[in-house]
Amino acid sequence: MNEYNFAYLDEQTKRMIRRAILKGLAVPGYQVPFASREMPMPYGWGTGGVQVSAATLTPDDTFKVIDQGADDTTNAVSIRKFFENTAGIETTEQTEKATIIQTRHRIPEMALSEDQILVYQVPIPEPLRFLEPRETETRKMHSLEEYGLMHVKLYEDISQHGAISTSYAYPVKVSDRYVMDPSPIPKFDNPKLEMDAIQLFGAGREQRIYAVPPHTKVVSLDFQDYPFEATKADHSCDLCGAEDSYLDEVIMDDAGHRMFVCSDTDYCRSRRDAGHLGRLAKEDAA
Amino acid sequence: MTPLLQVEGIQKHYGARIGCADVSFDLYPGEVMGIVGESGSGKSTLLNCLAGHLEPDMGRVIFDTRTNGPTDTVAMSEPERRLLGRTDWAFVHQHARDGLRMSVSAGGNIGERLMAVGERHYGNIRNKASDWLGRVEIEADRIDNRPTAFSGGMQQRLQIARNLVTGPRLVFMDEPTGGLDVSVQARLLDLLRGLVREMGLSAIIVTHDLAVVRLLADRLMVMKDGHVVEAGLTDQVLDDPQHAYTQLLVSSVLQV
Repeated sequence: MNEYNFAYLDEQTKRMIRRAILKGLAVPGYQVPFASREMPMPYGWGTGGVQVSAATLTPDDTFKVIDQGADDTTNAVSIRKFFENTAGIETTEQTEKATIIQTRHRIPEMALSEDQILVYQVPIPEPLRFLEPRETETRKMHSLEEYGLMHVKLYEDISQHGAISTSYAYPVKVSDRYVMDPSPIPKFDNPKLEMDAIQLFGAGREQRIYAVPPHTKVVSLDFQDYPFEATKADHSCDLCGAEDSYLDEVIMDDAGHRMFVCSDTDYCRSRRDAGHLGRLAKEDAA
Repeated sequence: MTPLLQVEGIQKHYGARIGCADVSFDLYPGEVMGIVGESGSGKSTLLNCLAGHLEPDMGRVIFDTRTNGPTDTVAMSEPERRLLGRTDWAFVHQHARDGLRMSVSAGGNIGERLMAVGERHYGNIRNKASDWLGRVEIEADRIDNRPTAFSGGMQQRLQIARNLVTGPRLVFMDEPTGGLDVSVQARLLDLLRGLVREMGLSAIIVTHDLAVVRLLADRLMVMKDGHVVEAGLTDQVLDDPQHAYTQLLVSSVLQV
């Protein structure tokens, strides 16, 4: 038993956030302003995601938190503990068992189902922000669908680097209407944005919530002669041998040795349990 | 022949102060209109009202649109007006940095309007950008430089290229040669005159420099205290000024 209201926030606040979420789902990709609360963690640590999670959690839910794909990093562990303490809910590290997954910077490798919700932590929700600093102007651009500027950014990428070098937070157009920042997920994950689960995005400091309903069309912006490409390190996972998962590069020593491992720890573990072994799996076990 | 732009009784007040009042004129395709007057005479207010940057208190600005014929742009919805602003209209600011994106390369600056109207082929955008750099006499190898690395005159020419790339029919210019030294001014004027003639542009040029209108403008309006005090053919107004203020203005030009 604890002295907190279920999932920390008071019921009025959760109601307000739910209304913002519903509006976000009704207008896919539109950034709904909401009265973000002070949370017991610093901005930038997922205050937006935590508030959205708190408003969507029910006592029957099973909760999973990932940070860059991993269940065991500081951010993931502390948010999971936070809801264990304030909501007393079940938590899990297994993607298929979770009903609500809060994530920072990744989409799980395993396809999500219709009875799951994916909650993203978003640092800067406005995709046009670094091109147009005025909020009044970006809002007008969204309302009038003036998105030429977004392509100016991609143009600059190609002219400077010979290819679209934006590799994360890659802008997408949702349901043929709003241009949206999918939060800093690698562009490898962009094709997965069209999924069966509900996707909710919370930006605490910027006080915005937006959403992508299930089975919604999400298109990554590109040029006809420079089409969008989902890229990853050209390797397989050194632990589980997966060819199709997004990889982290880990420097092993100062002699140039490195290993590539799945950033999704649960996916990697489940593959190793099923008997798949990568290049360095033996050494790791030893 | 339908006028490209019909201005009827434009009036703009700032509180009790007059910005400009009772301005009416017609502008025909291919015609260049100069507006001269001293600082504070309402030239820029008038230009901003015409270009849709300011909402006039009274009056109509009727533009001959490609699709619907003559339409009042003051009463038009904002999306339509903004669409005009990036297709058929162009606006050249006095300070190039107001009209350019300083953190975006020259090519990106020129390409922005193309991308805003739906061009999605990088190669085409790139080719058009280098074509326009050539037309405004900027070396092709500067295409990936930012405008911050350009001189004042080059920035102004880049701004002109950025505006003309979508083939507008009407260009608003607010003191396009202000702040440039005379030799650069001369080159810019030469370039502008060439482009205006070659593309058959109509233009409205606000300036306090009589030499600029002498070179570029077919017709001239002289403004003082928010009102038009004299209007007519450029040579006629400059060579035989009727109004006392115009006489003062013409006689104030320094002779070298």
